[in-house]
Amino acid sequence: MSTTSAQRTFAAWWFRAGRFHVSHAFLVVFSLTMLLPFLWMLLASVKPQNEVELLNPFPTVWQWENYLEVLTHKDISFGRYYFNSLFVAAWVTFLACFTSSLAGYAFARLRWPGRDHVFKLYLATMMVPGVVTMIPNYTLMVKLHLLDSYLGLVIPASFTAFGTFLLRQFMLTIPPSLDEAARIDGASHWRIFWDIILPLSRPGLIVLAIFTFMGNYGSFFWPLVLIKSEHLRTLPIGMLFFDTIYGKQTNLIMAASVMNIFPLILLFIVLQKYLVRGIQLGAVKG
Amino acid sequence: MKQRSDLRVALFFLIPNFVGFSVFMLGPVMFSLGASFTNWNLVKSVPFRFVGLENFGTLFQSQDFWLYSINTLYFMLGMPVAIAGSLFLAVLLSQRLRGVVLYRTLFYLPSFTAGVALLILWKALYNPSFGPINELLNVLLEPVRAFADAVSAAALLRERGPFGWIAASGEALPFLAGLAEAQPPEWLASTRNLFALRPNAVGVDAAQWGLGARDAIIFMGVWTAVGGGNMLLYLAGISNIAPELYEAAEIDGAGRWAKFRHVTWPQLAPTTFFIVIMSFIAGLQGGFEQARVMTLGGPAGTTTTLAYYIYIKAFEEFQIGYASAVAWVLFSIVFAITLVNWRFGSRYVNY
Repeated sequence: MSTTSAQRTFAAWWFRAGRFHVSHAFLVVFSLTMLLPFLWMLLASVKPQNEVELLNPFPTVWQWENYLEVLTHKDISFGRYYFNSLFVAAWVTFLACFTSSLAGYAFARLRWPGRDHVFKLYLATMMVPGVVTMIPNYTLMVKLHLLDSYLGLVIPASFTAFGTFLLRQFMLTIPPSLDEAARIDGASHWRIFWDIILPLSRPGLIVLAIFTFMGNYGSFFWPLVLIKSEHLRTLPIGMLFFDTIYGKQTNLIMAASVMNIFPLILLFIVLQKYLVRGIQLGAVKG
Repeated sequence: MKQRSDLRVALFFLIPNFVGFSVFMLGPVMFSLGASFTNWNLVKSVPFRFVGLENFGTLFQSQDFWLYSINTLYFMLGMPVAIAGSLFLAVLLSQRLRGVVLYRTLFYLPSFTAGVALLILWKALYNPSFGPINELLNVLLEPVRAFADAVSAAALLRERGPFGWIAASGEALPFLAGLAEAQPPEWLASTRNLFALRPNAVGVDAAQWGLGARDAIIFMGVWTAVGGGNMLLYLAGISNIAPELYEAAEIDGAGRWAKFRHVTWPQLAPTTFFIVIMSFIAGLQGGFEQARVMTLGGPAGTTTTLAYYIYIKAFEEFQIGYASAVAWVLFSIVFAITLVNWRFGSRYVNY
């Protein structure tokens, strides 16, 4: 082709400029689509109830007391739900990371007969719909008298096939020469696990911790069927009942929703670089 | 190197997890299979007995099961839209642009905060009379209504005028009248849907065409998922594509679309494959939270998915045996579809 170099430079410049422009237009539109519901929620949460229904985006009176009203409401103990959710999620996260890292080590760094079959079994159960195991687990909790208790919330959630899978994938990426060298030096498996593999698996562990924490903070099905007492309700269950009884008071409901997702947003901002890497990790060797 | 076996050490490391895994996962899976052949009921004092395949017979003969299966499949129509959207966003974000991290954060926000709070938020957004979505639609519809009104009035007044053909044709007038009274959808309160499916029977009814509860939940689902984990997976996939492939394509004179079609898309096949499989698994067992929080499965059962149906049977009617049967049917469907996906998809992944 006989284009002059000046033409080509111009085309490249135009193309790049054009691409820059068009992409940003798309990205801004998408960002607004994602943001608008959140903005509406924030603004509705500080409006007087009679203004929530108006199209006018900003409140005439910024009613920050809505938040106080939710926190001190006579029929719901929002602080208690916060505590329950954080408490349960923290314990599950700790236990799941602990058991998954041990199992991950067994699958990734040890050789034993039947290992790959057992691992496939773990993988296969990730396909099992939650409701299949939920029903027998519920009857099991009834038998163990763990219905309506913290233990019932924590224990069944603390053993995850997904966590084992994730940490195994991560541990596979650690060069085998490291623990071989340690073994030649006479280190025990426990030492290799504790002093070499676990510290090197930190990014994987952090990712698993975030996912487990988030998943259990927002967990809905299991607490819904397990918890009967008001004082043991977690945030999602508390929110559901609050919405069922006071659904007409949209401003209060929205204030509660904002408080519900606030810790998640905080967590996300602080930990986002781990998260982005971690989600990608889950599938790389899947 | 000599093959060694660390069986004893492995047992030590595996046991904490494996005990829990067996008690709360493997055991229950087998247990619920057993329960599905019984009439086990937690409240009624019906004597417990094995009923063989009776639960499955009842299930397949009940119209509800088929309706709820259709609902479940209907909800999954959002899946390809969400996946295509994720890919589109990932391609946009994979360019060297200012503010990519900020955009990515904003896109990821809905899926990160997804849960009961956001479902309650969307319930308020979709409120047919007071929700901001319909208030906005009303503002947009106002000029349309006024215009349709004016045109049909003009057409009726003068048969021969510029709009006379409308009155003469006889067909456009009802349409205009409809347009003049156009109302925004009733969203979560409506049984209407894009396929005009009947609410209480398997079949189609033109009067049901429109936007309703199921579509509302699909839109919300796409909004939640489009910038989520799948987008990040695609981003990772794109960053793993060797730049040489693009350079080679450029030398061959490939444009942007050609580069996407012949480099990006085939190179992302394993990612797409993974995402499709995971989406099927999640989609088939989905819809529970939406139904429980937003619609209680209504109106007229149109948002009841298989997962919500199982919940109702097991935890509100306490028919453990029957619910286990439905759960196992759901599991079998998930399993079969994953198998099909696997056989069908892996052919295309090994390029």
